[in-house]
Amino acid sequence: MTIGLTHYLFVSASLLCLGILTMALKRNAIGILIGVELVLNAANVNLVAFTRYRTGAMDGQIVAVFVILLAAAEAAIAIAIFMNFYNRLATVDVDRGDRLAG
Amino acid sequence: MNPYPWLEPVMFYLCAGVALGAAVGIVVSRNIVRSALYLLGTLGGVAGLYFLLHANLLAVIQLIVYAGGTLVLIIFGVMLTSRTPWVRYTPRRGEVVAALLVTAGLLLALLRVFTTTEWSAGARTTAGPAPVADVGTRLLTDYLVPFEVASVLLLVVMIGAAYLARPEK
Repeated sequence: MTIGLTHYLFVSASLLCLGILTMALKRNAIGILIGVELVLNAANVNLVAFTRYRTGAMDGQIVAVFVILLAAAEAAIAIAIFMNFYNRLATVDVDRGDRLAG
Repeated sequence: MNPYPWLEPVMFYLCAGVALGAAVGIVVSRNIVRSALYLLGTLGGVAGLYFLLHANLLAVIQLIVYAGGTLVLIIFGVMLTSRTPWVRYTPRRGEVVAALLVTAGLLLALLRVFTTTEWSAGARTTAGPAPVADVGTRLLTDYLVPFEVASVLLLVVMIGAAYLARPEK
């Protein structure tokens, strides 16, 4: 049997759901960041699969390059914020970061 | 034409299996260092999928930037933000059930959409691997403005991260 667009869409949807599950179940801020990376990867698989099987142009691949770039930038800033968080609270448990809650 | 017609399905299921299996490992593992290592498996599997999808450049970028850069950054973050790297966070049972219900519903809805939608046929569906030079040309002509904005963004991120992570006076 040949591999088609639907196969890749299934993989992408499963990755998306596993990423959301990671974000929901982790307390550790870095665990949540890992979940975000999973979701971004799922989006990229979608973009590239549609490029390969439908549009034929390379726009999807180029957008995916920008997504990878943004993911790297986001990870750098997030890790810097987590280090500040850790310096103040001595933990990266997101439930403890509730100082602004009324 | 293609002497190995069985190769593509085998490689697809191998890469997808590695990616999804490692992603399940990320969710299940209660140890943040193991989660970060499983993320390497997911990134590698997705890079394999990119190769199968004729996106050579993207697969290499995925391995260099994601597996080489972002993952190392995450592991450094783990090392810098935990007194012992083996801290465990266990979610409550109710939270697990709620999260599983929501994501299972989302997954079923998405799969139903994928199986029932008639995607419009594309202009050409069996293109060969995209030449890397073409991607570069598109990036510096049609996508020049996003490219430059991305450069500025990276500069801002570099300064911002250094500012945020500076030691307290």
